[in-house]
Amino acid sequence: MNPTLQFPQLGPVMPEIVMACAALIILLLDLVMKRKETVAFLSIVATAIVTYIMFDASGVTFGGMFVSDGYSMFFKFIFLLSLILSILISVKYIKVERVNFGEYYSLMLFATLGMMIMASAGDLIVLYLGLELMALSTYVLAGFIRYDKKSNEAALKYFLLGAFASAMLLFGISLTYGLTGTTNIKAVADYIAKNGLSANPALMFSVILFTVAFGFKIAAAPFHMWAPDVYEGAPTSVTAFMSVGPKAAGFAAIGRVFLIAFALLKVDWVQILIPIAVITMATGNILAISQTNIKRMLAYSSIAHAGYALLGIIAGNSEGLASTMNYLLIYAFMNIGAFAVVILLRSEGFKGDNISDYEGLSKTHPLSAALMLVFMFSLTGIPPTAGFMGKFYLFLAAVNAGYTWLVVVAVIFSAISAYFYLRIVMYMYMKEPATEVKLATSPGINLALTLTVVAVLVIGVLPGKIIDLAKVAISGFWA
Amino acid sequence: MLPELFFGYFAAAIIIFSLIVVTRRNPVHSVLFMLILFFHIAALYLFLDAEFLAAIQVIVYAGAILVLFLFVVLLLNLKEETLIRRYINQWPMGVVFAVGLFILMFISVRSFLAGPKGEISSVLTGQSNVTNLGTVLYTEYLFPFEIASLVLLVAIIGAIVLAKKRLKS
Repeated sequence: MNPTLQFPQLGPVMPEIVMACAALIILLLDLVMKRKETVAFLSIVATAIVTYIMFDASGVTFGGMFVSDGYSMFFKFIFLLSLILSILISVKYIKVERVNFGEYYSLMLFATLGMMIMASAGDLIVLYLGLELMALSTYVLAGFIRYDKKSNEAALKYFLLGAFASAMLLFGISLTYGLTGTTNIKAVADYIAKNGLSANPALMFSVILFTVAFGFKIAAAPFHMWAPDVYEGAPTSVTAFMSVGPKAAGFAAIGRVFLIAFALLKVDWVQILIPIAVITMATGNILAISQTNIKRMLAYSSIAHAGYALLGIIAGNSEGLASTMNYLLIYAFMNIGAFAVVILLRSEGFKGDNISDYEGLSKTHPLSAALMLVFMFSLTGIPPTAGFMGKFYLFLAAVNAGYTWLVVVAVIFSAISAYFYLRIVMYMYMKEPATEVKLATSPGINLALTLTVVAVLVIGVLPGKIIDLAKVAISGFWA
Repeated sequence: MLPELFFGYFAAAIIIFSLIVVTRRNPVHSVLFMLILFFHIAALYLFLDAEFLAAIQVIVYAGAILVLFLFVVLLLNLKEETLIRRYINQWPMGVVFAVGLFILMFISVRSFLAGPKGEISSVLTGQSNVTNLGTVLYTEYLFPFEIASLVLLVAIIGAIVLAKKRLKS
């Protein structure tokens, strides 16, 4: 049909290709390797290689379907970082849970590959397929403890509701395609601008469908129903992974679709996102108070943090977007750190996921109690931790964009959140030990805890570098 | 007039059969009504001049997936299954939301303005549907095509992992 068609440039997709190959090779190596620790180590090495080549792979390829720019690189850095940290905290944990299969690491790599594709998607079809790749892998990971009913329930719930959200997304894409005749994100924006479609109700409806689908992925209320059950039932290491990665990937997709494709409809989608952000912060922070299971509590906390991060998208300018990206990076460190401590408490024959298990932890295990203290302070947003800096820049961006009342609401909910985060600190430091807690330490988890706690404190004291990094990353985003 | 009439029939039939599928007590009946539903959807593809997709719809959905469905249904305990209440107590709430969504859709879709037509329909290129599809899949849409293959691979890995024996130790 078209003999002059050239083979597309593969340079920009190199990280993704390497990632796919690594996932396949690890899947095969699992057959011959008896020691799964080696498989985990190789996965980390592969991820490190992907991270290394990622920074050189910029450009647009496959006819604009794949865009590798600073924006996507920043997000990919978050994904790869959370992947490495999640693998580090998994090694011992999946042994304790007796699900020490090599496929675990392969599926994690595939999920990350899906997120990377989402962040780089220049086309709605690619976006959808990346999302599906990520989602399918995480459904399986959520149900990885097969003999555990809660894990089964988590996988099934996540799968059914995720399929529903995917259907919404596809419906939205098809409406947009029908109206504009293209699925390319930039071309959609151009067509809307040229043909004055920005007030079209059908396009509005499509935007609503996109909001529902992405709201599900980032666990924003009222599409958050799945999160507490799935986060509680899934293996804790997977919970840590999917509370950071897929959420960040959802924000990456929101950034591309709402700020580029539907940039002209900003007035309308801001009207939808503001109530969503408020409801999300309210449900997350208020329902977290009554939880007795720490994984459930962190699930509600993760819902609340999605609400804060939405403020940057609502601000809708470079400053807002950069602060959302920063916040997601900081959130990756502090949340995986907190989950790492939860995993520390899980040992043979001891679940350790009740909040009451933390009673008197400072007396029996002072170091892990201190680490948990740092992460809880950071999640609350108390200086000098990274969580404070993240929230500070986020709220600053929203105020500068003229949403002062929204920031006031967010600050009030942050204050409420102090109750349930600091309750854990109170349990650890002001109560007597009730149960004998044995820590399941391993080199991997120690390294992950060191990395996260250092990052949380360093970013908290010297935030300038990271803030500038995100600003530089999105400098070419609007072009 | 005639095409509209046919389309009206198929569209109405799809809605009615979908309702029947979800309301049947006996899962086997549901699955069999779904078969009729899939045939009607295949007819819709024919309206769009997508005869290849229509064939795929019949072969893959009506042929393969439905047989799998039947297998699964036959593995269940049907006697027990028919006695279980079909809906949870909140179903009126679900109906309210569904009707609301329908009204919203109805209002918004009325202002739908069709965008430019695609350049690769068989009417324009004069080639058969299969040729068009194949060419586009391996050139313009090569990247999504490759991702789709990975999605399928993950599905296979997932099925195997979840069916694997428990680790002994």
